[in-house]
Amino acid sequence: MNRIATPSPLPSPLSNTEIELRLLMEAIYLKYSYDFRNYTLASQKRRVLHALAQLGLPSISALQEKVLRDPGLFGRLLQYLTIPVSEMFRDPGYFLALRQHVVPILHTYPSVKVWVAGCSTGEEVFSLAILLREEGLLSRTQIYATDINPDSLEKARQGIFPIESIRGYTANYQRAGGRNSFSDYYTAAYEAARFDPSLCADVIFADHSLATDSVFAETQLVSCRNVLIYFNRELQDRALGLFHESLCHRGFLGLGAKESIDFSSYSERFDAHAKPERIYRKAT
Amino acid sequence: MNPDATPYAARRIEAAVLGASAGGIDALLRMLHDLPLPWHLPLVVVLHLPEGHESHLAEIFAERLQVPVHEAADKMPLAPGHVYFAPPGYHLSIERNRRFSLSCEPPVRFSRPSIDVLMASAADAYGPALAGILLTGANDDGAEGLQRIHLAGGITAVQDPNEAQISIMPEAAIALHSPDHVLPLRELRALLLQLESAHVH
Repeated sequence: MNRIATPSPLPSPLSNTEIELRLLMEAIYLKYSYDFRNYTLASQKRRVLHALAQLGLPSISALQEKVLRDPGLFGRLLQYLTIPVSEMFRDPGYFLALRQHVVPILHTYPSVKVWVAGCSTGEEVFSLAILLREEGLLSRTQIYATDINPDSLEKARQGIFPIESIRGYTANYQRAGGRNSFSDYYTAAYEAARFDPSLCADVIFADHSLATDSVFAETQLVSCRNVLIYFNRELQDRALGLFHESLCHRGFLGLGAKESIDFSSYSERFDAHAKPERIYRKAT
Repeated sequence: MNPDATPYAARRIEAAVLGASAGGIDALLRMLHDLPLPWHLPLVVVLHLPEGHESHLAEIFAERLQVPVHEAADKMPLAPGHVYFAPPGYHLSIERNRRFSLSCEPPVRFSRPSIDVLMASAADAYGPALAGILLTGANDDGAEGLQRIHLAGGITAVQDPNEAQISIMPEAAIALHSPDHVLPLRELRALLLQLESAHVH
């Protein structure tokens, strides 16, 4: 497994805030083995400053001191450091392209393995499960849904989403080529929509870090959307390396609508399969 | 006018970031049409549009400007003389290595992309070598971002609220700090040409 490259020296002097941020991430890595050291700085800085305000702490250094001694506080900070923002059938064109251009090829395999990397609170996992069931593939597909945030994984397992989101999800589902009525898949109760547990009965939800862990299965499709944008290029390359290693011959990689592999070391190792929808295929 | 501002002939500005919402397309076209070629200063724009709509801003401006126009992509490096627009539904930041990064963090002041987010990250990346320009708009996004550019030693300019189609955005910026320049579009354009000439020399 590749080691993550040491960050190169920066052209201009670091501000105190940036130095404190780096020290905090180093401390978190040494203490809790969560590796945020190669996340993009601009967004990480915003989230840590937001956490400071919410936790009522005066400085990043003060946060570091407390986090080192208080695992409970680290658990809370983790919720700020990760970005649990997702929706079902987000970017419907992506799911439509999967149906039209990927599913027919997945049908040629006796069994299928799909890796949803950075699954957050599970919206994408349930979306894919619905799509695969409608396409007659779910019963012979093993989905691995991984994330570094245990709270998100627990929410994902439950498959309960706020009822006020359902209207938007329904519109997405229809634009994604949904074959049924979206309401067939959930029961509404109080403020929540509980999705059919049989959709994800066979999904393996697991703690996995693209920054520190290795490949665990051979897959035909990796879906990793709006995760790589939070990584610097070194860490993007590490993650893309894992996906490349995990994917079978001519396996598929789906990224977020505004992500691309053009600025990574892997641009030559994947072919664009459905370029506007950011679906790539492992090059021969 | 900021009395501490160094004369621009002696200031090398390496990039300019621009923000606008309502009325912004017209204002930007008036500012950026017929930029003298070859143009060198990279320009990065956040223009608010209703989220969920596919943006054609880059295409619209590419058809009307002589300089190359792109939708900013994650980890794309800023190239000299190019104009970039933030993609809809994502925050756009500039990292210290002068590449873009995108993020799906929640909207800031109901806006994603947020002008504040772009300007604050650019202020961190460029320090005093940055110019921020805020135009017409119907909310107060950009006021804090422009202040961050000012505090990092950069140059700040806002459209004269009397001329702006909607004056809320420039007025919010003027209320928060004293921008180096408050000018009508024609003179903002002249300022941009001056920054370009200082950038080249």
